Amino acid sequence: MNRVAPIVQNADTGVGSILLWGVLPYVVLAVVIGGTVWRYRYDQFGWTTRSSQLYESRILRIASPLFHFGILAVLAGHIMGLFIPASWTAAVGMTEGMYHFMALSIGTIAGIGTLVGIVLLVWRRRTTGPVFMATTKNDKFMYVMLLAALLTGLATTVISVLDHSVADYRQTVSPWFRSIWIFQPDVAAMAAAGPSFKLHALWAMALFAIWPFTRLVHAFTAPVHYLFRPYIVYRSRDTGSSSHHHSSGHRGWEPVGTQDRARGATRAPSPRRRAGRR
Amino acid sequence: MRVMAQVAMVMALDKCIGCHTCSVTCKQAWTNRAGTEYVWFNNVETRPGQGYPRRYEDQEKWKGGWELNRRGNLKLKAGGRWAKLFGLFASPVQPELNDYYEPWTYDYENLITAPAGTDFPVARPKSLITGEDMKIEWSANWDDNLGGTAQLGHLDPVVEKVRRESEDKITFEFEQTFAFYLPRICEHCLNPSCMASCPSGAIYKRAEDGIVLVDQDRCRGWRQCITGCPYKKMYYNHKSGKAEKCTFCYPRIEVGIPTVCAETCVGRLRYIGIVLYDADRVTEAAATPDEQDLYEAQLDIMLDPHDPDVVAAARAEGIPEDWLDAARRSPVHILAKELRVALPLHPEYRTMPMVWYVPPLSPVVDLLKDQGHDGEDASTLFGAIDALRIPVEYLAELFTAGDTGTIREVLGKLAAMRSYMRDIALGEDPDEGIAEAVGMTGAEIRKMYRLMAIAKYEERYVIPSAHLEEAHNLEEIGCSLDVDGGPGMGQTGVFGEASGRPMPVATENFNALQARQRGEDPTGNEGLAGRVNLLNWDGRGNPQGLFPPDSGPRNGTN
Repeated sequence: MNRVAPIVQNADTGVGSILLWGVLPYVVLAVVIGGTVWRYRYDQFGWTTRSSQLYESRILRIASPLFHFGILAVLAGHIMGLFIPASWTAAVGMTEGMYHFMALSIGTIAGIGTLVGIVLLVWRRRTTGPVFMATTKNDKFMYVMLLAALLTGLATTVISVLDHSVADYRQTVSPWFRSIWIFQPDVAAMAAAGPSFKLHALWAMALFAIWPFTRLVHAFTAPVHYLFRPYIVYRSRDTGSSSHHHSSGHRGWEPVGTQDRARGATRAPSPRRRAGRR
Repeated sequence: MRVMAQVAMVMALDKCIGCHTCSVTCKQAWTNRAGTEYVWFNNVETRPGQGYPRRYEDQEKWKGGWELNRRGNLKLKAGGRWAKLFGLFASPVQPELNDYYEPWTYDYENLITAPAGTDFPVARPKSLITGEDMKIEWSANWDDNLGGTAQLGHLDPVVEKVRRESEDKITFEFEQTFAFYLPRICEHCLNPSCMASCPSGAIYKRAEDGIVLVDQDRCRGWRQCITGCPYKKMYYNHKSGKAEKCTFCYPRIEVGIPTVCAETCVGRLRYIGIVLYDADRVTEAAATPDEQDLYEAQLDIMLDPHDPDVVAAARAEGIPEDWLDAARRSPVHILAKELRVALPLHPEYRTMPMVWYVPPLSPVVDLLKDQGHDGEDASTLFGAIDALRIPVEYLAELFTAGDTGTIREVLGKLAAMRSYMRDIALGEDPDEGIAEAVGMTGAEIRKMYRLMAIAKYEERYVIPSAHLEEAHNLEEIGCSLDVDGGPGMGQTGVFGEASGRPMPVATENFNALQARQRGEDPTGNEGLAGRVNLLNWDGRGNPQGLFPPDSGPRNGTN
C-alpha cells in the first residue's frame, strides 16, 4: 500500500492541510514526549493529582468518579474507533449499522457522563472557597482546553447523527490517525473529514500539547503496578535511590500564610488605605 | 530468620503532664509550612476523648488497618488492590479538613495599625485555608480535660465500646472523671497498612532502621494511605499535593540524637532504642487469629539481642556491631520485651506498631491516700488496681485489644515497683514477696526502677548513629527536605551560616559541622593570613588575629 502517493499527488491537499495534518501531529507528539520526559526528570515533586478532596468531598465523591470513569470509557471508545479499521469489524460479522449503533449509544452515555462530571467539578471548583483558591491559572487554562475538547467531541457525534452527508470518520479520521504512527501521514484522508471532526482533532492536539505541563500528567502515572507490587516496601542501600537527585530542588515548601491564602488574612488593608478611609 | 533493626520508642504515660511541648516543638521543626497548617505529626490527646482527627479510632467508619479475610489471611480493611484502584477518583473514607480542624491565624496587624478609637483593637481569627474571618470551633486537642472531657468524653470510640461491653460501668460525673494524656506519633509499624495502601509505592520502610518515610518525589497524591493508616498519622499536604508523615526525625536519629519530641519532653517520658525483629515472621504474626494474642505475637517476633543465634544472624544480615550493642542496651527492648511493662497502641489494627506505652497507674496512689489508706502499701495497692479511676477495661481497649489480664499484670508491676522501692528508700529490707507476687525478681524491679525513675539521657536514648560508610545510602533516599524553605535547608556558604546553595541533611554534614565547631580552626580562617571573617565566627574558639596577641601572664584581662 503506497501511502506517500496521495500527499504528493492529491490536488485536495494544500499546504494548509499538510501543515495541519502532516506536520502538526508530529510537533504535538514531540511536545508531549519531550515535555513528559522533561517534567518527569525535573519536576517529580510537582507530579501529583493535587487532589482537593481534603477541602470538599460531598460533590467530589459523585462528580470525580463520574468524570474519570466516563473519560476512561471515552478513551476506550476512541481506541476502538481510531485503531480498529472498518474492515476488521466487518470481518468479524459486525455490520456498519451495528457498529455505529453501539459506538453511538455507549459513546453518548460515556460522553454525557464525562460532561456532567466535569461540569460538576468545575462548578464545585468555582463555588467552594478553598478549592477555588487552590486553583492556579494553569488549572483554569487546562479546564478550558479539556472542556472544549469534550464539547467539540460531543458536537461531532451530534452533527454526524443529524447530518448524514458528513463523511464517516472510519473512512477519514481513523485512517489518518493510524497513518501517523507509521510516519506516513495520510493527509488527504483527514482533509476529507467534516469540519467538526477537524475542529475536534485540532482541539485534541492542543490538549495533548499542554498535557505534560498541567496537572493532567497524573494520568501518565496511573498506578497499575499497584496490582503487582508487594505490600511492604523496604528500601535499602542496594535498591538505590529515587529520581530525587535529578530534580531541580527548587520546587518546595513555603511558609504558612503564603500569597494564595493571603486574602483577608495577611492582605489586611495597608496603613495607607486605612488612612484614606478615615 | 531475617534479622532487621528497628528504631522504636516507649512512652511512660504516668509521666505525661499534657504540656504539649512535644507537639509544639515538632510542629516548629516539621510542619510550620503552607499546606501542613493543620498537621501535627506529634499530638497529645486527653483520654477519654475523641482524639485527632476526631474519632479516628472508629475503624467501622474509617476503615484503617488490616483485618483477616475468611481464609485467615491479612487484608486491608478498606479493601484490596482492585478496590483501591476503583476508589482512586474519590478516596472513599478520607477524613475532611473538618475532621481535623480548620487552621487559623490572627490578624495581629490590626493591633498596631488600627486607627485610634474608643474600642480596643482586636486580632480577629482568620482561616489559613480561605483567608476569611472564621469562627474557631475545633482544634487538635479541643476536648482537653481542662475544657471538654466532661461534655465530650462519651464521643470517644473506646468509651463507646467499653460502655457497650461493661454496661455503663464508666461514668462521667465530673468528680469521678478520669483523664490521662496520650502523646501520639507515627507508629513506624512493622506491617504498615499505609504502605500497603499506597498505589504508587512511594511509602517505604528503611531497611537500616525501620523508619517509615514517604518519597516526596514518588507520591502522586492518590491519598489512599490516609485511609489505610488506622492511627490517621498520614497527612495530605494540600499545598504540595503529597502525603507527609512523622519522620522519626531521621536526620537526628542518623547522627545518634533523639527525636525533637523526645529531646524536648519535659516529663522525660520517652525512651528511644533499637529492637531486633524477624522480618520473615511479621506477616504471620500480624495474621494471628485472636486479636488478644497479637500483643504476644508481636513480642514473639522481637528477637533477643543476647541470644548468640540472633547475633550471628544479625551479623550475617550486615547489622553493624555498635547497633547490636545498642540493641542489648535498648530501653525499648528492656521495657517492652524483658520487663513487659510497655504495650503497643491498638494491636488489633494488625500493623505491628513500634511505639510502645507504659499504661498510667498514677491516680490510684493519690486515690488511696485520699481514702486514708497507705497509697504505697503493696497489699492495698494491688487490691486497688481494679478500682482504678482509669478503668482497666478502657486501658485494655487501647493497648491489648481488650485483654484486661495483661493490663492488670502491667499495672501490678508498676504498683509492685512503688512498694518495693519504698522499703529501700525507708532503709528497710526489701520484701522479695512483692516482686514474686508480680512474677518478677528484686533485681528486675530495681532495673525497672532505674530505667523508669532515674535513667539519664544516655540510658533513655540509646541511638547508634548511622554509619559513615553507609551514609551515602541513608542520606536523603528520596524524602526531600533540602528544598527551598524545607526544614532540611541547612546552608553554609561564603557569607556564613544560611548562605550559599542548599545543603542536604545528612550524616556527613552534621559531622562536618561538628568537626568544624570542635576543631582546631573553628572559623575556617587559616587561609586568611591574620585576618578574620567575622561572618563565619560563631563565638567558639579564639580566631587568630581577632584578639591582640597574648603577651604573657596578666591579671584581670585575657
